[in-house]
Amino acid sequence: MTTVKNFFASRWGIVSAGVFVGVFAAVLQKLGNPGNMGICVACMERDIAGALGLHRAALAQYIRPEILAFVLGAFIAALLFREFKPRGGSSPIIRFFLGFFAMVGALVFLGCPWRALLRLAGGDGNAILGLAGLTAGIWAGVLFLKSGYTLGRATKVKSFSGWVFPIAMVALLVLLLVAPQFGRTPEGTPTGPIFFSSKGPGSQHAPILISLLVGLGVGFLAQRTRLCTMGAIRDVILIKNTYLLSGILGIVGAAFFMNLILGQFKAGFTNQPIAHTDYLWNFMGMALSGLAFALAGGCPGRQLFLSGEGDGDAAIFATGMIVGAGFSHNFSMASSPAGPGPYGPIAVIIGLIFCMVVGFSMREKMA
Amino acid sequence: MADKIDARGLSCPQPVILTNRKIEEMGKGVFEILVDTDTSRENISRLAQQTGWDVEVKKVDADYCLVLRKD
Repeated sequence: MTTVKNFFASRWGIVSAGVFVGVFAAVLQKLGNPGNMGICVACMERDIAGALGLHRAALAQYIRPEILAFVLGAFIAALLFREFKPRGGSSPIIRFFLGFFAMVGALVFLGCPWRALLRLAGGDGNAILGLAGLTAGIWAGVLFLKSGYTLGRATKVKSFSGWVFPIAMVALLVLLLVAPQFGRTPEGTPTGPIFFSSKGPGSQHAPILISLLVGLGVGFLAQRTRLCTMGAIRDVILIKNTYLLSGILGIVGAAFFMNLILGQFKAGFTNQPIAHTDYLWNFMGMALSGLAFALAGGCPGRQLFLSGEGDGDAAIFATGMIVGAGFSHNFSMASSPAGPGPYGPIAVIIGLIFCMVVGFSMREKMA
Repeated sequence: MADKIDARGLSCPQPVILTNRKIEEMGKGVFEILVDTDTSRENISRLAQQTGWDVEVKKVDADYCLVLRKD
């Protein structure tokens, strides 16, 4: 067990986790997931929000098994390696809104940091703007961290508290399999409460069992290796450490080669799958997300893996993201391939103001 | 008595920032840092290695006490 533990904490450990994500993201796309969206935490949580009726964008509704499996895979790894430590209480309401606005930004760009990497690996040049924005946002977050920013300490909590989020994921799995239709329209036709897209990205998905197995593998490996895109960029800026960066290079490299093999690579800026070419808002959307992730201490994937370890604050961030996805579509803030939604830009500005206020107000005096 | 930093309950990367600040401030010597997650233990050990400090990890109940030393 110790040897296994040491391997995962090594550079080869994190590179193999990254390669696993890259390879299977390309494979999931081949098996049915939308273009350059084999894995995307933001898009997949958005689809879950849609499936639950939190928004009614008909093209983005599906309970993505990958998300549930990320949490459960990390949960299993944490239990096996005795790292399951229920904890919480570090500014939960702020974390909720950081998650909320992280999702608003991600849906203006159309992807989480992982999808930004996967879009790059699929030849989508717009991803470069997104990754530049992500870096700018994280850089701003690092400035806050250096000046004493903190959301305060989490404390140990009762064991059940750590079980709630993994159990909620099992409940979502049941809803995916049962897909109840006991709602009725005024005419009496069955509708909801679970909605699945019949066309568009929400209708495109790999077989459930394969998505679950890949998700469990990703969750397990990422919990062990602490894979985190935000952390990768942050550590290079903050302490010039490239450990986490080697994981994301693994993702890009592996996804690039798999895309070439599977004939999924197409270089260019226009007509890329589920992407728009508005340079400014691709940059700004991801800048907001990057800042929110840095202030909350992890990219959306990492927040799910931490939730699996019993971190209630990370679970609240993830919940904030799902609620944020509902608002993004209901308030016309989310982008489409045509470009940013009418209220996307103003929402990004409000989000940036929120993050700045959090960054400036949550500071402790340096000793 | 070595200086002691309590970084328990702090989100990533704050334990690393506190350690880094102490390393820069002291230059050499001995100090202890208390953390409660394996992630923080690994991150601080990696930072110490990178900056040429020796690390000794002691398990204290459910937490870890890392003793950093540079002569």
